[in-house]
Amino acid sequence: MKHHFDVVVIGGGHAGTEAAAAAARMGATTALVTLREADLGVMSCNPAIGGLGKGHLVREIDALDGIMGVAADQAGIQFRLLNRRKGPAVQGPRAQADRTLYRAAIQSAIRGQKAVDVVQGEVVDLIQAGDRVEGVQLADGTVLRAREVILTSGTFLRGVIHIGNERRNGGRMGDKPSIRLAERIDDFGLPLGRLKTGTPPRLDGKTIDWSKLGEQPGDDDPVMFSFLSGKPVARQISCGITATTAATHDIIRQNLDRSAMYGGHIEGVGPRYCPSIEDKVTRFADKESHQIFLEPEGLDDDTIYPNGISTSMPVDVQKAYVRTIPGLEAVQIRQPGYAIEYDYVDPRALDRTLAVRSLRGLFLAGQINGTTGYEEAAAQGLVAGLNAARRAQGREPAFFERTESYIGVMVDDLTTRGVAEPYRMFTSRAEFRLSLRADNADQRLTPKGIALGCVSEARRRAFGRKLEKLETAREMLQQGTFTPNQLQSIGVNVNSDGVRRTAYQLLSFPDVSFDDVRMLDEAFAEIEPDTATQIAKEAIYANYLARQQRDVDLLKKDEAVAIPSGFSYDALPSLSNELKGKLSRTRPESIAQAARIEGMTPAALALIVARLRQDERRAIA
Amino acid sequence: MDTIFALASAPGKAGLGVIRVSGPRADDACDALAGGRPEYRRASLRRLRDAEGGVLDEALVLRFDAGKSFTGEEVVEFHLHGSVAIIQAVLRRLGALDGFRMAEPGEFTRRALENGRMDLTQVEALADLIDSETESQRRQALDLLSGALSARVGRWRDATLRAVSLLEATIDFADEDVPVDVSPEVRALLTEVVEGIEAELSGLDAAERVRTGFQVAIIGPPNAGKSTLLNYLAGREAAITSEIAGTTRDVIEVRMDLGGLAVTLLDTAGLRETDDAVERIGVQRGRERAEAADLRVHLVTEDITPGVVPGPDDLVFRAKIDLVGGEGVSGTTGQGVPALVDAVKARLMDKAVQAGLASRERHRLALTAGASHLHAAIGLLDSGADLYELTSEEVRLALRRLEALLGHIDVEQILGEIFSSFCVGK
Ligand SMILES: Cc1cc2nc3c(=O)[nH]c(=O)nc-3n(C[C@H](O)[C@H](O)[C@H](O)COP(=O)(O)OP(=O)(O)OC[C@H]3O[C@@H](n4cnc5c(N)ncnc54)[C@H](O)[C@@H]3O)c2cc1C
Repeated sequence: MKHHFDVVVIGGGHAGTEAAAAAARMGATTALVTLREADLGVMSCNPAIGGLGKGHLVREIDALDGIMGVAADQAGIQFRLLNRRKGPAVQGPRAQADRTLYRAAIQSAIRGQKAVDVVQGEVVDLIQAGDRVEGVQLADGTVLRAREVILTSGTFLRGVIHIGNERRNGGRMGDKPSIRLAERIDDFGLPLGRLKTGTPPRLDGKTIDWSKLGEQPGDDDPVMFSFLSGKPVARQISCGITATTAATHDIIRQNLDRSAMYGGHIEGVGPRYCPSIEDKVTRFADKESHQIFLEPEGLDDDTIYPNGISTSMPVDVQKAYVRTIPGLEAVQIRQPGYAIEYDYVDPRALDRTLAVRSLRGLFLAGQINGTTGYEEAAAQGLVAGLNAARRAQGREPAFFERTESYIGVMVDDLTTRGVAEPYRMFTSRAEFRLSLRADNADQRLTPKGIALGCVSEARRRAFGRKLEKLETAREMLQQGTFTPNQLQSIGVNVNSDGVRRTAYQLLSFPDVSFDDVRMLDEAFAEIEPDTATQIAKEAIYANYLARQQRDVDLLKKDEAVAIPSGFSYDALPSLSNELKGKLSRTRPESIAQAARIEGMTPAALALIVARLRQDERRAIA
Repeated sequence: MDTIFALASAPGKAGLGVIRVSGPRADDACDALAGGRPEYRRASLRRLRDAEGGVLDEALVLRFDAGKSFTGEEVVEFHLHGSVAIIQAVLRRLGALDGFRMAEPGEFTRRALENGRMDLTQVEALADLIDSETESQRRQALDLLSGALSARVGRWRDATLRAVSLLEATIDFADEDVPVDVSPEVRALLTEVVEGIEAELSGLDAAERVRTGFQVAIIGPPNAGKSTLLNYLAGREAAITSEIAGTTRDVIEVRMDLGGLAVTLLDTAGLRETDDAVERIGVQRGRERAEAADLRVHLVTEDITPGVVPGPDDLVFRAKIDLVGGEGVSGTTGQGVPALVDAVKARLMDKAVQAGLASRERHRLALTAGASHLHAAIGLLDSGADLYELTSEEVRLALRRLEALLGHIDVEQILGEIFSSFCVGK
């Protein structure tokens, strides 16, 4: 076994595998150390990938040639495009995934990367020289040296599992927590906090009476995650739908004090968008029923994930309440639901590459940064993996901006604002939502990936061909103009205002389809259906995009004014002490980030810019 | 990049108003207002005209080329006669030009900095100024929001937050237990806000205010000589003056030109406790009008004025000095009246330029833009849930414009509202 690597990744979860794959694509020799080799691609919770905001992240990962999108397409057993009837900017691809297939897909993606060595073992210590991390030590004493280390240990830092008043240490059901590593992190003096999350009981599908239940099928024309995938490979299935009853709520109410959360056993903060069934029944007391989706965990696995009833009740209460749910009258629980509490590192301690600011050679990615969700973890893994490799190679960092990607929105939110509850992506977090669409993730990011060097030749070529077709078609549609008369003749409802319009402009009319437009010019016939669909999607927003572009340009200008990491705010006497403190703690990397700090004033920004200019001039002189 | 403009002369100084325009289209301002571009760095006298060709003012126009101006960009300065109405009209005219907007606080300095026109020491010297500029603007915004208005703004804020949360809930939680069509509630909420804003806009109109004039209330105990003074100022028998206390039962208004400012003088009923029901109504009305006026002139005699304490911005004069002697004012002989007029004028000029103008114009622009986005949002609601992402975009654009009034509504607050209203999360 090798003992020297460019990059060592700790943890083989969603962040870790994506990080290792990204580092390897960049040509870095990489070790992926994880507790058990079988960890790769394990979904701790819901067997589904994507959704609103999350689906955007998966598309962006794919655009940078990451592994999550392809794996989800391989494992998908039910594809649904959420918000299908709304505009493309808020449509999010989602798939129910077969756990086994997903693990297999991730494992084969990692094995396909020659530069990655998978090492089974527990990391118990980080090797340190001064303020530099230089490698990791495993429980068996093995030392792996690395130029850069990425820690992605998920919920394993001082993880505590709660079921009723029972508590045990664990990183996940069936896994030990990482305690020695947590102590090591303590030594670094990183700001830590405590969060919690929960998961529902897993049910035995053979003991469910499916005949009584509603059914939720997948879409007729499934939308894939990867820009390279065509159609689903696995057999497609439906999910069952049921709901809680008054009897369910009664049982929960009677036993509230036995719930770990309500019994006062948990101090960590949980996500508001992922409430336990205890929470739902208490906070929305007038709601008589809550919907539950019964999601198969796999094609050859009859374990069922009941989406909507996560809980930290004792096992006997869980048993009693699930049996009050239609279809589940005789159900057997295979694994009880539980809540887990864990340490996270305040991500404001990180820079925009997800490197720890106070140390050299250490990156953090995934749930350890206070996020929740596979997609959020994977996207951070990608950012950390790319940057660790680049740093190991002595190259410039790769930044992701709010103006260009959901990845950029997330990294910026985390590193400038921190988290108050487990952070999850929503489309509403992206102020440039209309331009950051799932459908154009490749146009936004693949060129960047090509420039960075993390995109394979095959994808580069496929993307090049697609882009060429798009550009030709766009040009064609923007060239000729048509009079209101001509437009009326093909049935388009426009005023006879004498204004000539291009075919492209016409596409932004809500009631004009691409097929209408084709009638205007025979040449349009050569535009292929895929290209037409893509152009129709961007044309809808044409009017808004121009306006957004102006805001984007402004923000970019401020982002371009970089504040070096060693910048001394103390040397600016006219800055208030309060702002000095905030700035020194948050360490914004650009004027744009500084402007987002609460309480920032125009004068303070002007002062910082002035000092930067002065320093620049000194450096030149 | 936008071309920005603002009133650059120090607030409170009457006589001259300097409006500075900076940015790539600054010359457009010359073309549009002055009918051409004077030579660089040479003061030239021009007639400024409104969009219809009417003359706004005779002004000095100064043009600076990029690289040689304060900001380093193309700059045009208009040196106007300091009348509030004129400054107001010119600001408004500029705001209507394509690519022009009112400068943010500190924005001229920021641009100067970016273009290498200033060094750190200069900025430090200016920093306090910029901050106090911001601070006073914030205070003015708050001042404008006193009492009833601030309660109304609070309601707009809640309504807008609720509306945008409803829209976002249907977008970000589409696969969950949330309503699909929230149009009726969103429409009701946004309509209330737009109507409120539009009503406010007509009241906030500073130009209108300057045209109709400031209200100055004369208050004091019965028979302090308020009406006599008013008559003297007005030069005609506007208010009934008599020796019997309590003659002025209602509020009497006299409009006059006071040193170029339109002023309405209010003669309030003498403030005193009374058993006469009719008079009590008069006293009450007088008190209310006096409180709402822009300035109060208190006439004091040895009788104290019940229930009225002069505020820090009010003027206080001793009355009837023709009878009692000493410093003060007399409406009978005219003694001390010029000093009183000067004092009133100075206070009003201060108010006009300082409190009103810039921030009111800023607010007017923000409110107008905000309302137009809200109208667009309401229009989009007709297309139903399929276009909610556009509806929401318009509401968010409106919010950005209205931040000066409503305060910043953050995505966390939107999410907070969603999580407290709907049981989302599986
Ligand atoms: C109980 C539970 C419920 C959840 N519920 C939800 C939910 O409802 N919705 C949602 O979106 N997300 C949920 N999640 C979160 C989601 O599973 C995680 O956010 C995501 O998996 C995080 O990815 P990660 O790569 O950061 O960490 P993980 O996927 O947890 O991976 C961590 C990896 O690190 C390895 N590791 C840890 N310590 C060491 C060490 N010392 N040495 C070597 N290897 C180590 C582990 O073996 C593991 O493979 C839940 C997670 C849990 C545990």
